[in-house]
Amino acid sequence: MTRSNEPAVWSLFSAGGVVAAFVFPALMIVTGLAAFFGWVAPAELYSVLQHPLTRVCLFVCIALPLFHWAHRFRYTVADLGLEGHDKLLSIVCYGLASVGTLLAAVLLIFR
Amino acid sequence: MAVHATHDLTREYRRTVPSTWWLKRRTYFLFMLRELTALFVGGYAAFLLVLLLLDQATFASVLKSPVSLVLHLIALPMVIYHSVTWINLTPKVLVIWRGEEQVSPTLILLVHYAAWGVISLAILGLAIWLCGGKTI
Amino acid sequence: MARIETTSKAVLDVFRYRPDEDSEPRFERFEVPFHEDWVVLDALHYIKDHLDGTLSYRWSCRMGICGSCGMMIDGEPKLSCSVFLRDYYPRPIRVEPLANFPVVRDLVINLEDFLDKLGQVKAWLIPKEPREAADGEYKQTPGELAHYRQYSMCINCMLCYSACPVYAKHPEFVGPAAIALAQRYNLDSRDAGFDERADAIFSHEGIWECTFVGDCTRVCPKHVDPAGAIQQAKVTATNDWFWSLLVPWGKRRSRAPAHEQNGGAAAGHRDAQQDQLVSSQSK
Repeated sequence: MTRSNEPAVWSLFSAGGVVAAFVFPALMIVTGLAAFFGWVAPAELYSVLQHPLTRVCLFVCIALPLFHWAHRFRYTVADLGLEGHDKLLSIVCYGLASVGTLLAAVLLIFR
Repeated sequence: MAVHATHDLTREYRRTVPSTWWLKRRTYFLFMLRELTALFVGGYAAFLLVLLLLDQATFASVLKSPVSLVLHLIALPMVIYHSVTWINLTPKVLVIWRGEEQVSPTLILLVHYAAWGVISLAILGLAIWLCGGKTI
Repeated sequence: MARIETTSKAVLDVFRYRPDEDSEPRFERFEVPFHEDWVVLDALHYIKDHLDGTLSYRWSCRMGICGSCGMMIDGEPKLSCSVFLRDYYPRPIRVEPLANFPVVRDLVINLEDFLDKLGQVKAWLIPKEPREAADGEYKQTPGELAHYRQYSMCINCMLCYSACPVYAKHPEFVGPAAIALAQRYNLDSRDAGFDERADAIFSHEGIWECTFVGDCTRVCPKHVDPAGAIQQAKVTATNDWFWSLLVPWGKRRSRAPAHEQNGGAAAGHRDAQQDQLVSSQSK
């Protein structure tokens, strides 16, 4: 047994969990209910999303929760019976999260 | 593995664990439910990502669509369950010592719930203030 | 021989397995006298004394401190000396050996794996320097004691291993009690073995297989909270990992010289196991 490098992904998982826990419910009310029922105007919301500060926040709200999902999903799939494929599962999960993070960064910088 | 055995190891009986183990106990089921909230957390993050790809018109029509409303209504309780279970576990992870005493876990819990309330209200308030629609 | 006479009967469905006779286990139903103050262990004693002398089970103190009598009672890991018949009466009570361990016979399990784990995490005091009795006692403030006291309450009953779904599927997982005990020593001001234990607990089979189900803490009869210990160990490991990344030349946490392993040998470690560990140290 040797010390693991798991802290690298565990810290991302934890950070993502914190962001999702504190920010997502309210954000979901904004995008899911407020926009639908007209409490906020989608056009106004769209222009707010162009602001650099909002874009930085958005990046955090996308990248970290993606890694939160990846880490938890990796372990849950194993718990549900798919044993012995941890390496492959890790590559798929963290890989997808990384792709999503990269895409978010590109979109937020260049669009 | 054993240094010396006092019985015949080949005659031991090993019980197997089914993959439905998490249905056998209430605490296991709630655990699995908590873990599955990650799907909705990841899902909403992906949704935000997709929103970034859209132009203003498509953005508005997506957010105004009934499909969006329904998906949000399904995901919202799951994400709230994530928040509650996450905050409830925080005192176990955040152990702070002040001299000979531990900072009260209840205090840590209350501070986190208060922060959740404040942050949520700030997001909602900011959204309505900056982007307020006709019906408030 | 005095017979206990009572009209009420409690029913126990007991897991039976005799390796020399059975290929599969079975349940055997016993009726025992019902008494308000009897626990499951009393019922097992009655069965062995009056109904079937071949029933095998472990027990010792019968007061919830030795950790010997752990078994599954209606599917929940409990100490049989601490479970009252009256809480189940008149329903039949299902008694099985502790889950996630191989069954040797009837209610007796093979707990070698757990003992192995205790050795892997070096669940004993590793002092900074070798000490003789003439050096006097260690001094420790109440505050220093408070840091690890909760984790020192572990009675090695293994109920937490039975409750843990990770250990059920992954027997290489170091497990709740062993990690809590590692924390107990890591947090002890007299100890300097942090680095020695790191390979065992900061490995994948150590803290990182834990997914914080929390059932270990729920079933612990001594309120040790192994789940909490593991999560705190994750924070420690993470801080340590980032620190070593930023300061690669930094000093490792204090450790005792490798040859001084018998400094704080805890009671209950068999000599054979000690020899095995000492020989594996010198490589």
